[in-house]
Amino acid sequence: METFSYFPHTEGDVRAMLSRIGVSSLDELYGDVPEDCLFKGEFDLPDAMSELEVRRFFEGLQAKDVPVKVFAGAGVYDHYTPSVVPYILSRSEFLTAYTPYQCEISQGTLRYIFEYQSMICRLTGMDVSNASLYDGPTAAAEAMMMAMASAKKKTRVLLSEGLLPNVVKVVETYAKFHGVEIGHVTATDGQTSVEALRKELAAGDVAGVIVPSINKFGVIEDHAGFAEAVHEAKALLIEYCDASALAVVKTPAEWGADIAVGDGQSLGIPMSFGGPYVGFMAVKKEHLRKMPGRIVGQTVDRDGKRAFVLTLQAREQHIRREKATSNICSNQSLMALFVTVYTALMGPDGLRRVNALSSAGAHYLHDRLMETGLFEEAFPGKPFLKEFALKPRMGAAVLQQKLLDRGFFGAVQVADGVVTFCVTEKRTKEEIDALVSAVKEG
Amino acid sequence: MRYYDKLVFELSETGRRGWTLPACAFPEVEVPAAVRRSEPLDLPEVSEVDVVRHYTNLSQMNFGVDTGFYPLGSCTMKYNPKINEEIAALPGFQALHPLQPASTVQGALEVYYEMDKALAAITGMSRFTFNPCAGAHGELTGLMVMRQYHMSRGDYGRVKVIVPDSAHGTNPASAAVCGLQVVEVKSLENGRIDVEALKPLLDDTVAGIMMTNPNTLGLFETHIREIASLVHAAGGLLYYDGANMNPLMGVVRPGDMGFDIMHLNLHKTFSTPHGGGGPGSGPVGVARHLERFLPTPRVIKRNDGSFDVEHDAAEAAGQVSGYLGNFGVILRAYAYILMLGKQNLRQVGRLSVLGANYIKECLKDAYKLPIGGVCKHEFVFDGLVNDGAREGVEGATTLDVAKRLLDFGFHAPTIYFPLLFHQALMIEPTETESKETLDAFIEVMHKIAAEAAEDPDILHNAPHGTPVRRPDETTAARNPILKYGD
Repeated sequence: METFSYFPHTEGDVRAMLSRIGVSSLDELYGDVPEDCLFKGEFDLPDAMSELEVRRFFEGLQAKDVPVKVFAGAGVYDHYTPSVVPYILSRSEFLTAYTPYQCEISQGTLRYIFEYQSMICRLTGMDVSNASLYDGPTAAAEAMMMAMASAKKKTRVLLSEGLLPNVVKVVETYAKFHGVEIGHVTATDGQTSVEALRKELAAGDVAGVIVPSINKFGVIEDHAGFAEAVHEAKALLIEYCDASALAVVKTPAEWGADIAVGDGQSLGIPMSFGGPYVGFMAVKKEHLRKMPGRIVGQTVDRDGKRAFVLTLQAREQHIRREKATSNICSNQSLMALFVTVYTALMGPDGLRRVNALSSAGAHYLHDRLMETGLFEEAFPGKPFLKEFALKPRMGAAVLQQKLLDRGFFGAVQVADGVVTFCVTEKRTKEEIDALVSAVKEG
Repeated sequence: MRYYDKLVFELSETGRRGWTLPACAFPEVEVPAAVRRSEPLDLPEVSEVDVVRHYTNLSQMNFGVDTGFYPLGSCTMKYNPKINEEIAALPGFQALHPLQPASTVQGALEVYYEMDKALAAITGMSRFTFNPCAGAHGELTGLMVMRQYHMSRGDYGRVKVIVPDSAHGTNPASAAVCGLQVVEVKSLENGRIDVEALKPLLDDTVAGIMMTNPNTLGLFETHIREIASLVHAAGGLLYYDGANMNPLMGVVRPGDMGFDIMHLNLHKTFSTPHGGGGPGSGPVGVARHLERFLPTPRVIKRNDGSFDVEHDAAEAAGQVSGYLGNFGVILRAYAYILMLGKQNLRQVGRLSVLGANYIKECLKDAYKLPIGGVCKHEFVFDGLVNDGAREGVEGATTLDVAKRLLDFGFHAPTIYFPLLFHQALMIEPTETESKETLDAFIEVMHKIAAEAAEDPDILHNAPHGTPVRRPDETTAARNPILKYGD
């Protein structure tokens, strides 16, 4: 047996352990496995590599990706990550711990989750937050199931057409298997239509409605009258939000929502080709007992010291088993830590500043692009923050390729003939001007 | 560990700042009043150094695999190699937007494609999706594929899924979320599924069976091939819960046992860090005849050798997460597989089983072993042989043993699971622990057993040296304080 750096056993150790067990070989430990289940062949895998070779291998793969300047959003935002955040996340006491089952030696994890819950509540304006979920789209799906579990004899959940396409797809997939009908509310003029909503609610079969705080066109939606209409129909209002933008746009609580969900990626989490990110969920306190996921609570220990524990576990899958309305077991703990450290660093002013810089850049880009005469407004006069929609005269696909050829990724198609651009604080005036020139070229 | 009692909110002073940002190069724009936040934004205002000290202090009240031995059953707390972290942090991977056109992300797509092939080779399945973000998410996705398969055949009556009574709690919960009814099948006294009890359950209402093998008692289901034939003959499919894959790594492939669908926990078997509860990754693998039901998006290889992403597919189960997967976690797992290579992979399972059996044999004099014989990567004790109970003195429980272990610098095993035993103490050492570490653990476990026999109060009062001691969970649940200021 050759030794390997992750296995500390010497040959002598193995012999001594086998002898204590009373078997003569490692293979004898599999004596209870039927012969035809044992794999006798050679694994179709590469030979073991050294660290140096592994590093070279991935640097090679990385080099096959083409670097681009990102002017796209669509749910994932290229915000700046302060150095402190990955530094703290790399502390192995956080990184290599499991779910905090033994609270006496997990106070670090439990405390930051408690801080995370507090921050999510303050961002959303809601009463209680869970310890986090996988990502925004699955958080929306959990909210859909929660609305169904809260309502008696309702069969339908409504989705705004303004929601991101992947949110819609994930909620529809969960709904299909969970036995929930999905209805759609149109978004006319770039905004979820309150008239269309009222019409759908009139059927009386709706358990919940999911609407975007900022929609796929980048429009900051006005939800005046939504909560009244939804609550009159005895349904729950679920707001899908961009965590970072909540520092400056009306909160789910201000709109009268029952549940707030969304993705925390915009709080400085690297885009990392789609994950890991972190879903959040916060609710009004009357819905606490139906909320999925882990929750951390404050208490005292035997000596009267402040202490934190996983709490309200009677709601959870491992207790409820087949009666569960969510199968969520873990959270995205380390990414919740990411959000917590980022938010602590930025504070209220830093978060507002990130939004102000992004928004100013986006409006500048919007105006420069309109000046080219190559675009039409998609939704004239509608308010936007860091992302906006236009109709390119040259067509979405042609425009996106043109930009790509010049090293920009932008113009994400979100509807027929409609594309969005996004600007964060990371984009400089030079980059924006270069993108505008690229659009005009050729 | 030192007790540190601050919350970041308590460090806040108005006007302090932990951020720096460039000056604004553009005219500033205000959010219109109708959609502007008017609620105050009451977040901490702290300096950078405050943040670093605070979270460093918090981390020092935490125990991780890098701190010490973590024999938490069913969780496979193996060493997390450090090269993996550096690979996941490569700037060329971190800077990729998930919607970038395929032509700009060929390297990243190749990672997915090659990981799929590697996991297929290791498990004997045909194709994997990496969309699920965790094990339970994988279970749900796998069950969706199962239902999609039956529905594609017009077989709408298959609404039940069979789950052994020893199963992980997520199994029945995932089934319920997926719209399936759970039928429990009993275990025999030897801890294995009762095949005779299974037979009458198998009819045309059964979508399939969910099993983990070895089961949660660490015992190999010796009749697995017979169970596979029976379930298949009844028109059902077999789902493999890969939470217990570690002992089989390099020895047995789920595909060869007859399983049709499975998930893996990359954060268990493939060495990616648990991060205090996530992020994980729960890729789902299927046999060839089920490939077309896997959710989208999917990575495909074109005839010209380039990679692309399929966003829609007629028979796909749907979409289960935002993008292709938790890419950062998948990169770590791929680095681990390359470090192992085909040679070292063969030892993962064998050495994990060696460690578990060694502990079991060394401790069965002091802890009750309900089911003897060779175990796999983990095993379950049912409390102490002598818990010290006598007239007027309560015996020491499994909870007491767990808490006492913390005083000796070990993480506790999984306790009170599986539910088959009242004092379950489930121990999984993994292959990355040395004989010296196991011997030290065994010695402490003997010492604790001796303490229990002599004076169980030592255990009742444990832990003695941790930052906090047995927090009051009842009050926490009765009067919930769930955020700062509650």
